[in-house]
Amino acid sequence: MDPLFLVFVVPLLGGFVLAACGHRPYARDVNVVFSSGTLLAAVWLTVRVVAGGPMFALDQLFFIDPLNVFLVALTAFVGLTTAIFSRPYMRVEEDKGKMTPKRMRLYHSMYQFFSFTMLVALTTNNLGILWVAMEAATLTTVLLVSVYRTPASLEAAWKYFILCGVGIAQALFGTILLYMAAERVIPQGSDALLWTNLAAVKAHLDPTILSIAFVFLLLGYGTKVGLVPVHNWLPDAHAEGPTPISAVLSGLLLNVALYAVLRCKVLTDGALGPAFAGNLMLGFGLLSVVAAAFFLSRQRDVKRMFAYSSIEHMGLMTFAFGMGGPVANFAGLLHMTVHSLIKSAIFFAVGHATQKAGSQIMDDIRGLIKVSPTVGWGLMLGSLAILGMPPFGVFASEFLILTTAMRQEPWATPFLLLALGVAFAAVFGRVQPMVFGATELKPLAHPPALLPVFLHLGLGLMLGLYIPPYLSDWYQQAARLIGG
Amino acid sequence: MNALISQLVNLFAAVMLILAFAMLSQRRVITLIHLFAMQGLAVVGATTVVAYVTHQHHLYYSALLTLVLKVFLIPFLLHRVIDRLNVKWDIETLFNIPTQMIVGIGLVIFAFNVSLPIARFSETISRGTLGIALACLLLSFLMMITRAKAVPQVVGFLAMENALFFAATSATYGMPMVVELGIALDVLVGILIMGVFMFQIREQFESLDIRHLEKLKED
Amino acid sequence: MTLSGLLSQCLALVLALVLAPLLTGWVNQWRAWLQNRSGPGLLQPYRMLHKLFNKESVLAESASPFFRAAPYIIFGCMTLACAIIPMLSTDLPLSIAADAIALVGLFAVARVFLSLAAMDIGTSFGSLGARREMLVGFLAEPALLAVLFTASLIANSTALTTIVTSLAHREFAIYPSLAFAGIAFTFVSFAENARVPVDNPATHLELTMIHEALILEYSGRHLALIEWAASLKLFAYSCIGLAIFFPWGIAEAEAPLALIFAIPALVSKLAIGGFLLALIETLSAKMRIFRVPEFLASAFMLAVIGMLVHLLLGV
Repeated sequence: MDPLFLVFVVPLLGGFVLAACGHRPYARDVNVVFSSGTLLAAVWLTVRVVAGGPMFALDQLFFIDPLNVFLVALTAFVGLTTAIFSRPYMRVEEDKGKMTPKRMRLYHSMYQFFSFTMLVALTTNNLGILWVAMEAATLTTVLLVSVYRTPASLEAAWKYFILCGVGIAQALFGTILLYMAAERVIPQGSDALLWTNLAAVKAHLDPTILSIAFVFLLLGYGTKVGLVPVHNWLPDAHAEGPTPISAVLSGLLLNVALYAVLRCKVLTDGALGPAFAGNLMLGFGLLSVVAAAFFLSRQRDVKRMFAYSSIEHMGLMTFAFGMGGPVANFAGLLHMTVHSLIKSAIFFAVGHATQKAGSQIMDDIRGLIKVSPTVGWGLMLGSLAILGMPPFGVFASEFLILTTAMRQEPWATPFLLLALGVAFAAVFGRVQPMVFGATELKPLAHPPALLPVFLHLGLGLMLGLYIPPYLSDWYQQAARLIGG
Repeated sequence: MNALISQLVNLFAAVMLILAFAMLSQRRVITLIHLFAMQGLAVVGATTVVAYVTHQHHLYYSALLTLVLKVFLIPFLLHRVIDRLNVKWDIETLFNIPTQMIVGIGLVIFAFNVSLPIARFSETISRGTLGIALACLLLSFLMMITRAKAVPQVVGFLAMENALFFAATSATYGMPMVVELGIALDVLVGILIMGVFMFQIREQFESLDIRHLEKLKED
Repeated sequence: MTLSGLLSQCLALVLALVLAPLLTGWVNQWRAWLQNRSGPGLLQPYRMLHKLFNKESVLAESASPFFRAAPYIIFGCMTLACAIIPMLSTDLPLSIAADAIALVGLFAVARVFLSLAAMDIGTSFGSLGARREMLVGFLAEPALLAVLFTASLIANSTALTTIVTSLAHREFAIYPSLAFAGIAFTFVSFAENARVPVDNPATHLELTMIHEALILEYSGRHLALIEWAASLKLFAYSCIGLAIFFPWGIAEAEAPLALIFAIPALVSKLAIGGFLLALIETLSAKMRIFRVPEFLASAFMLAVIGMLVHLLLGV
C-alpha cells in the first residue's frame, strides 16, 4: 500500500467509523488510534520521501515534495497530540453537560474528516482539488465550532461560514483565472491544473492573468490564513469552539491555508518575477502583525487573545515569505513549525485552565500555579515561548525574520519591533496574574493530559537550540522550492 | 447561425446580471428564491449553448448538474425551509436599497475594468462574459454582506456559486470534471449545513435576524 | 431639402398631432375594458379637446403673463419633439436641428415651464406638484439619456435618424445592451408620462398626484393645449421606443414610396404598444411616492449597465 494513499485514507476511514460509534465511551480512544494511524502513515511517507525524493500517486493527482511532506508530518503529529488532549478535556465537557453523546459522535467524526480534508489539501497536486479540500475543511470546522450549540457558538460558526464562504469564493475565481492562463500553455485541459505541470511552465504563463489571479487567490486563501483585514471570523471561531478545535485551527488549518498561498506564489513568481506577489504578501503580513498586536492588548477572553496572537504570527510568516530569499523562507518554515507546536500547546494548557476556572474571561482565571502547577507552568512557558523568548524555537525564527527584514526591508523593522513589543506587554501582563494570582479553586475531576503540552514545548525548545541536520536540510529544500 | 447561437451566451450573461441586480433590490424572500432559480436557469442556458457550439460534452453534464441542483433541488429545499420557519416576507437590509444599487454599479464598472485586460487572452466564444461573471460575483458578495437575515445571506452564497460556475464556463469552458464534482459536493453539503443552522439559530434566538448575532465583537 | 423629405416631414407632424389623442383614448379604452368597465370610447380625448377649446379660459388673479405663455411653449416643445423623431421615415429635414441629447433637452424645457407655471399661481398644490415633478425629472432624465446613449454607441452617432437607420439595417443580432436599455426605457416612460406605477392620470388624490397637481389651475384652451401636449408626449415616447427597439417598417430617404407602408406599420405597432401599456398599468399597483426614486434609480442603473455591457461585449 502506498503511504501517500494511506495518509489520508486512514482519517477518512476514521471519520466513517466514528460516525457510527463516536458517541460510545471508547470513541475517545478510537479517535486516538486513528490519529496514531495517520501519524504512522505520515512517518512512513516521510521516510520514503527522505530516501527516494518526490513521488506521485493516483495518476499524478497527489504528490509529495519537501514542502508538503514536512507539513503532512506536522499535521499528523499535532492531530495525534490534540486527539490525546481531547480525551480528558471532552470528558469534562460531557460531565458538565455541555456535550451530549450525539454531539460527541459529531465531534469525533468531524475531527477525523477535518484531518482528512487538511491532508488532502496538503498532498493534492491539483489546484482545483486543493480548493475543494479547503472548502470542505471550512465545512467540517463550521460544524466543530458550533458543536456546543450555544448562541455564541452558533454566531461564531455562522460568521465563520459566511466570511470564509466569501473568501474561498474569491480563491475559486483566482483558480479559474489560473486555469485559463494554464490552458493557453498546457494543451490537455484536464492536466492544466496540476501544480507540477504548472510549475514546469510557470515562466510562460501570462503575467496579466496571473497578477489578477494571485490577488484573488491571496485574498481568498488569506481569509483562511486570518490576514487582516479579512480576519474577523478567526477570533470568534477560536473562542467559541471546543478548545481542541482551537488548537488544530491555529496550529494546522492556518498553516494549510498559507501553504495554498505559497503554492500559488511560486507560480506567480515564475510568471511575474518575485516582486509582485512578494510585495502584496509583505503588505498584508505587516498589516496583520501590527493590527493583531494592538487588538491583542484589548482582549478579555483568553482564547480570543491567543487567537489574535495566531493572526500576528501568521502575519509574520506571510511577511517572511513575502521577503523571499533562502533565509527568510527558511525562517518562515521554521516559524510555521514552532508556532504550530507551541500555539497548540498553549491552547491545551488554556483548555485545562478554563475548565478549572469555569470561564474563559481572564479576570476569572487566577492562581493556576496553586490549583495545578503543571498547567500553570505549561501556560507560562508556552506564553514565553510564543512571545519569542530564547531559547525557544520562536526566538530563532523571529530573530532570523527580523535580521533579514533589517537587511531587505529596513522600513518595516520598526513596525515589527513595535508590534512584537506591544504583543509581549499584552500577553505577558495577562498571563502572569492568571498563573500566579490568588485563588480558591479546586482541582479537576479528571487528570489533565499534560503529555501533549510538554511534548510540544519540548520540541519547540529543541528547535530553538538545535535543528537536526536532516530537518534543516529539508527546510532548505522546501525554501528553495518556494523560490529561495 | 452559429454566430447567433453564440450571441445567445451574451444574452444569458446579460440576464444573469439583471437577475443579480433584481436579487439585490428584492424585498421578499420568496421572490428572491424564484429569482435565484431563474439565475440558475440562465447559467444552465449559457452552459448548454457553449456546450453545443464547442462540442464540449462534459459541459452538458455540468449543465445537467446545475439544473438539478440549483434550479430544482436547492430552491425546493429553500422553499421548505422558509415554509417551516415561516419567513416568507420582509428582507431587511443594513443599507437602503438605492445606495446598494449605486455601489452595485461601481462594482460592475470595477469588474468590467478588471476583466477587460484578461478576457482578450481567453480563446473561448464566451470570453466577453467573464466581466459579467465577475460582476455577478461581486454583487452577490454585496448581497451577503448587506442582508440582515439568514435566508437572504444563504441565497447570496448560492448566487455567488452561480457566478463562479458561469465564470468557469466563460473563461475556460469549465473546470476539469473532478473539480466540478468536488465543488458541487461542497455546495450541497454547505447548503445542508446552512439549513440545519437556520433551525438552530431560530431555536436559540427565536428569530432569523442576524443582528441578534452581534454579541461577538470588539469593544 | 427634397420634396419627399418635406412631404414626409409634414406627414409625420400632422399624423402626430392627429393620432396622439387617439393613442391616449386607445390606452384609456383598453384600461377600462381590462378593468371590466365599458369605457368612454376611443374618441373621448377629441371630444374633451373640443369642449375645452370652446370654453372660456379663467385665470387666477395672481397669474403673470408667464402663466399664460407656458401652455403654448409646452405644446410647441412637444410638437417639435414629435417632428424630429423618425416615426415614419428617416428622411426628416428638421432632424438636423436636434439630436438625441437635444430631444431630452426639449422634454426638459417643457417640464421646467410646466413646473414654473404651476408655482406661478402660488397655490400649495402647484408647488407640491412642481416639486414632485422635478423629483421625477431629475432621476428620469439621466436614465433617458443613458438609454439613448446606448443606442448611440451602437450606431456611432447621436443623430436620431442615423441611429434608427443603422439599427434597422443591422444584421439580426442579439443585443443584450439593448435589452437593458429597453427595460430602462419602459420604466422611464411610465414615470415621464405619469402612468400607473408612478402616477395615476385618472385621479386627483392630493397625497399622490403629480401631473394633475401641476395643471390644477388651468382651464379652457390652456388646459386643452396642455392635455394635447401630454398626449403628444406619450406619442413621442412611444415612437422613440418603437424606433429604437422595433425599427422595422420605417421608410428610408431613398424609398419615399415606403411611406405608404410605414403608416399602417406605425399604427399597428402603436396599437400593440398601447394595449401593452394598458395591460401593465392594470396589472401593477401605484407605488408610494417615496418608492419612485428607487424605481427610477433602477431604470438609471439598468441603462448604465446596458452601456457598460455594450462596452464590454462590443455588441
